[in-house]
Order: sequence, then C-alpha cells, then structure tokens
Amino acid sequence: MGIFPEQFADIEAVGAPWALASYNDRQAKRHASTMAELETFYETVFPRSQEVLAYCNSFDIDDWPDEVKALMNMLYSLVLVSFAVEVWKQPRVPDTGAASFEAFDEPAV
Amino acid sequence: MKVERPKKPDIGSWTEQYPHLGTADVDYTDSVCPEFYERERDAIFRKAWIHVGRVEELPRVGSYFTKEYKVCDTSIIVARGQDKKIRAFHNICSHRGNKLVWEEFPNDETRGTTRVFQCKYHSWQYNLDGTLKQATREEEFFNFDRCRYGLAEISCDVWEGFIFINLDPTPEQTLKEFLGEMGEGLIDYPFHEMTQAYCFRAHIKSNWKVFADSFAEAYHTPYMHGKMSPEMAEDMVMADGIAFKMMGMHNTTSFRHVPSDIEQATPIEQLTQCGLYGPWKKPDLGGNLTPPGQNLSNHPDWGIDSHQIFPNFAIIIWERGWYHTWQFWPLNVDEHIFECRQYFVPPKNASERLAQEMATITTREYAAQDANTLEATHSMLKARIKTHLPLCDQELALRNLHYHVNEWVNGRRPGAVAAE
Repeated sequence: MGIFPEQFADIEAVGAPWALASYNDRQAKRHASTMAELETFYETVFPRSQEVLAYCNSFDIDDWPDEVKALMNMLYSLVLVSFAVEVWKQPRVPDTGAASFEAFDEPAV
Repeated sequence: MKVERPKKPDIGSWTEQYPHLGTADVDYTDSVCPEFYERERDAIFRKAWIHVGRVEELPRVGSYFTKEYKVCDTSIIVARGQDKKIRAFHNICSHRGNKLVWEEFPNDETRGTTRVFQCKYHSWQYNLDGTLKQATREEEFFNFDRCRYGLAEISCDVWEGFIFINLDPTPEQTLKEFLGEMGEGLIDYPFHEMTQAYCFRAHIKSNWKVFADSFAEAYHTPYMHGKMSPEMAEDMVMADGIAFKMMGMHNTTSFRHVPSDIEQATPIEQLTQCGLYGPWKKPDLGGNLTPPGQNLSNHPDWGIDSHQIFPNFAIIIWERGWYHTWQFWPLNVDEHIFECRQYFVPPKNASERLAQEMATITTREYAAQDANTLEATHSMLKARIKTHLPLCDQELALRNLHYHVNEWVNGRRPGAVAAE
C-alpha cells in the first residue's frame, strides 16, 4: 500500500522519498543528492506534474487527505530541484558554500 | 531587449538631490569597528523603533511570541492581553532573573497561547498585562509588595499591523513620528489580507549593514543573479531603480517589472504559473493598492518597491500582490541573523499554493547567492585595506543608511534634535 493514489503508483518509487513535509528536509535531501539523482527525480516527476496538480486541485485545500499532502510535498520538492536542474546544473546554488537557510515558519500544508 | 532609460532628476542624479549625503566615498569602518558597534547598540538599538512581528501572529487573547534581541542582550515577550492590547516585556522573571518564557533551549524563540506566564524556576506567575499574579510562598518574603515585581514593560506600538518595540522607556518620538512620511505613504495597503507566511532565516558572518546594503541596491542583480534573469544580464539598466526617495533615515526605491518574464518562462515557471516577480495570477485585494508612497513615479512598468525602515527592516511590495520583509538582527560587529518573511493571500487551491511555493523558493535561491557573498565582503572589509568605498547613484539607499547610522551614533537622531 503506497502513499500516492493508484493512478500515480508509477512515479511513487522515485517521487515518494521526496514527499517531505518541510522545506528544511527537502533542502537537506537536495543537498545530499547527486546531480544524477536530482535529474532522475525531475525527469520522472515533471512529465506527470500537471496531472498531479490537477488531481490535487480537485480537493478542498482546507481538507487535503494524506495522499494529496504527499503529492503536494513532492511538487514542492520538484520546485526546489528544478532550480538545480534547470538553472544551476548542480545541486547547490553556485557560490553558496557557507550560506544555509532555515525555514522557521511555513504553512502546515 | 533594451528598456527605456529611467529619467533622472534635473540636477543630474538621484543622489545630488540630497546634498547632505554628498557624493564622496563612504567610510565603511562603521561596519567592522568593534567600538562603533558598541555605540550602535546604545545609540540606535536602544533608541529606535524596531519591528518584531505582525499582529496576525497574535490572533487571540493570550497569544504570545518571544524575540531574541541579542544586540541589547535581552529577550522580549510580545503578548495580547485580556483587553486585546498588544504589549511587550523583557523576558525576565522579577524573582531571580531567570528567562521567563522558553522551551527546551533558552536561546530559541518560541510562541503559543497562555493565560499566565509561569517561571520554570520557582513558579512565579505573571498576567498577560505583565502584573505579578502570584509569587509562590509569598509569606516567606519580607515586606512583599506584589505591585513592585511585575514584568519590565517595553514601549510597543502597531503601524499597519506591524508590531514595533522601543527599548527606550520614554521614546523621544512616537512610532508615527518615527516613521513619518514613510509610514503615511503606505497607509491602508492591504497587508492584513496577506496572512499566508513563509519565513526563513540564516546566521550570516557579516556586519548587519553589509547585508542591508546588499538588498538596498539592484545594481548587483544582473551580475550576481544573471543566470536567473538572463534578460537583466542582457540589459543592465533593466534592474535600475526607476525612482528613489529618501525620507530622512527611511527610504523607498521603485523598480520596474522585467517585461517578458511570462513569455520566456522556464518549464517550472510554466507549471507553477509563477516567476521572478511572483504568482502570475494576482489575488483579489481590497484596501488601497496604490498608496502615495508606492510606485513613486507612477511608472507603467512598475514591479517592486523596496521600503527601507531604519535601522534594520525593509518591506518589499510586489505589483503582483504579495510582499516580503527583510530584517537584520545584529549579534556582534561581525555577525547577524538574517530573517525573511514572505506574505501572500491564503491560497484557495493547490495551484495557488504551488505558485506561492515557487515564489518563496525563487527568493531563497537568489538570497543564498547574496548571503554567501556577504561573508566574502565582510571578511575583507575587516582587513581595512579599502576603507572608503565609492557608491554610485544606484547605491543611494546605502549612502543614506550609513549617513543616518553615523548621525544616530553621534547623537543626532530626529527625536534628540526635536528635544533640544
């Protein structure tokens, strides 16, 4: 039994590990990943992202079931990883060796 | 693509409109000198009104949050009382000086809702208005008068939903006077409708002014951030301020919207319907969306205003209907905590939520480049090889900040002048 709805079972193996509930966790995973891992995630999930978003849009935002929360958390990771893949071509923002941001207040979902 | 050159004032530059600021190189020892920092602590951070949060963070009677104010070696409790009034107190128990409100780690900020503040040490209890409710085993004390042992209250006032404190027990200026024209210029902007907050912070190894400077000019944007904004890298003038206004120690700079940010969107921008300037779909907002202090030159391509509030706070309002704040909390002459809070209208569906996520990540990716460069800047300013630095017309707001920091440190703050 997966954490994604059945129609997205095919992207679950790659996508579910990125369904992390906080920015800090998503960023830590990005920084701990190789470029090949980030590209695999991006290339697997991006082609299905419109469908995922349309599915999530069919639920009331104040009452998201766990599977929608998981999908949205994966999409938040996709946003983060897209910068590494589309813009920087490396996991970290260039020339940011010492800088690290910590989210201290963010929406619950 | 080239944009139209912003029209400068007749005098020839934005800077020369303010003759007191001059055009000479600016002395940056104010950012590396330990003695100067010591003077800033008393002359600025114990005298100026300092933003600490939004009223939405205190939604109910008994809501509170704490704010570490290391620059003055204190911690502050901000709380909403039974009478709904917001008050601020030094976070210290009157009995043995213990920090009153904290969880797990004494130096971590915290928030919550309570009926009383109870000290972890001997369980003294304080009401939300700061009065001592109960000292345990009061009969053991000598001539005990409860009224003498309330919390030390801090001056606190609210402007447009932003809570400010002032460590001066009798501030020389009211908050309204302190904000002056800057405050009046943004009256009735619908800040209160943008309550979905995304906040992040970082420990930065630079003087607080070095970061404030970095975000007070867009001259660096096409160079440092060229990869994220190829259009700006093509036409450096695109990032330029389209209007500058110094209002005493505060200032506003207006910037344009990059013309084709939607047409040239990246795949993720198309998915999220959001780019450099925020979500493409503007929310429905009430209030006054065009207050007089905004888009100073009524430019048709206006995109952003940066409102810098002395000394360490800035509100950045985006034409797309959201805003964010920067704040720089000094720890010592060489370090500070940088805080960014981004505020949006609460999203109505998954698409709107995702667009906001994109906006906040875009800011963080940018700011990470800025933040890391500061350490490189500060470490070399400390060498004092180059002490007087040339600031161009685009860097007027920096010149203004350093000028007024020096004025305050030398006792020439507006309240002190008025009192003479």
